[in-house]
Amino acid sequence: MITEPTSKYLSNTVQSIQPSGIRRFFDLASSMENVISLGVGEPDFVTPWNVIEASYHSLEQGYTAYTANAGLFELRKEISRYMKRRFGVTYSAEDEMVVTVGASQAIDIALRAVLNPGEEVIVVEPSFVSYAPTVTLAGGIPVPVNTYSEDDFKLQPEQIEAAITDKTKVLMLCSPNNPTGTVLSKGDLERIAEVVEKHDLLVISDEIYAELTYDEPYTSFPAVKNMRDRTILISGFSKAFAMTGWRLGFACGPKAILQAMLKIHQYTMMCAPTMAQHAALEALVNGQKDVVKMKESYRQRRSLVIHALEEMGLSCHVPGGAFYVFPSIEKTGLSSEEFAEQLLMKEQVAVVPGSVFGKSGEGHVRCSYATSVQKLEEAMRRIDRFLQTL
Amino acid sequence: MDSTERELLQLIEKNGRLATGTIAKLMGITEDETKQILEKLEKEKVILGYSAIIDWTKGTEEGAVTAMIDVKVTPKRGVGFDKVAERIYRFPEVKAVYLMSGVYDLSVSIEGKTMAEVGRFVSEKLSTIDSVISTTTHFILKKYKHDGLVFSDNDEDKRIVVSP
Repeated sequence: MITEPTSKYLSNTVQSIQPSGIRRFFDLASSMENVISLGVGEPDFVTPWNVIEASYHSLEQGYTAYTANAGLFELRKEISRYMKRRFGVTYSAEDEMVVTVGASQAIDIALRAVLNPGEEVIVVEPSFVSYAPTVTLAGGIPVPVNTYSEDDFKLQPEQIEAAITDKTKVLMLCSPNNPTGTVLSKGDLERIAEVVEKHDLLVISDEIYAELTYDEPYTSFPAVKNMRDRTILISGFSKAFAMTGWRLGFACGPKAILQAMLKIHQYTMMCAPTMAQHAALEALVNGQKDVVKMKESYRQRRSLVIHALEEMGLSCHVPGGAFYVFPSIEKTGLSSEEFAEQLLMKEQVAVVPGSVFGKSGEGHVRCSYATSVQKLEEAMRRIDRFLQTL
Repeated sequence: MDSTERELLQLIEKNGRLATGTIAKLMGITEDETKQILEKLEKEKVILGYSAIIDWTKGTEEGAVTAMIDVKVTPKRGVGFDKVAERIYRFPEVKAVYLMSGVYDLSVSIEGKTMAEVGRFVSEKLSTIDSVISTTTHFILKKYKHDGLVFSDNDEDKRIVVSP
């Protein structure tokens, strides 16, 4: 807690939010040498060259001014085509879409556009660290719903029902999930959709990892029957096109909601960076072949890591997407934080303790396999050696 | 060629030193299967060999000179360009020979210790071959990228160590 005199100026809401548990591991790992990090939540590829080059070109041409609040119209039209082509969902480029500063901003303005003070948002845990704080900052109350390794971390519809009160307004979904890598199948989503419809919920579906699924064809939540008009779809360029640093995402959804989000966006952000929008346009027009190549490489490394964890006796469900594995470390008798800290100290391998992603993440650690094969193999050798010492 | 073979080839094309155990795990097949596929592809000469890509400008005083030579030839009756190409590619100095479309016929890549050595080869060996009409020699001044690999050190991981 901050005790400096100036802290009296801070809002109660901000003071009520804890800094992310990831922060401590970042500081710890940054201070050490020879660390192999499996703690990175982003691709290990550099953005494809044609995308970078398109951005250069736009700068050379002098495209350095604001764009329309909702984003370049050309880009929105391309997003509209892309969503139709890849996921079978139709959104109008005119008024059902906004280009944002990363998917994170899209989540923020979505929540702020729909929440009244005290309304509840169901957050499926383990979850991305930002959801609950963003709900709080928007005046809502995050209500965690746990998922479990015995269900492969799939959300069970009964659990949503059990968490619903008369204040519940929004269900936040994330498939493929960070940190578990779990992908919800069409059938899973249909069962969830029944509950959503029955209780008249709005869904914010974070599909930032949608391109990175390895086993089954992906189903986008708004593509499920009757769900399009009760879903705000969040996506972006970071994961599929290796563009995290460009900070470019987008949201699509029914007109009234998207126009409300656009209102917040225009007053608080103006527009997403112009040079990044030109890059994103190139990514959508000519980038699919690179997505396929990168995805193939993730799929191979997933296989490598799953195999290695199996060999050292750490149980792990096979994650259908993203680039994370979420093995159980329960048999070591350590908490996830102790495990991560000791592994870092003894063997210089950084993983993220599952507890930072919510209570149900305890007993697990998140390992990203978006790193070179050579480093992955060395990390697996070190983890194995670490387990022998316990 | 089936998709498993193609996947394996793409992996070792990028890194010929991948251990069979690693290949097996990446592809989700057994190590024995991996060995069998490799042996088959080697036997069928789909895999011709394994080599390293080396930056000879580093750690060696000698270095090497590489030239790319455009060669115009008269094709031989009955065997076309193949016989002429063979007479050229059998010289050990010759690193590569390609039949080209366009204004010349064969592109020949030669490596020697010095420019003089390469020059001698061109004037004494290459241009004296019966069917060779003319040669144009281009010396390589600097290699930026070769076989898909960039000759620079700027490939370290630039990501922060832990992120959500």
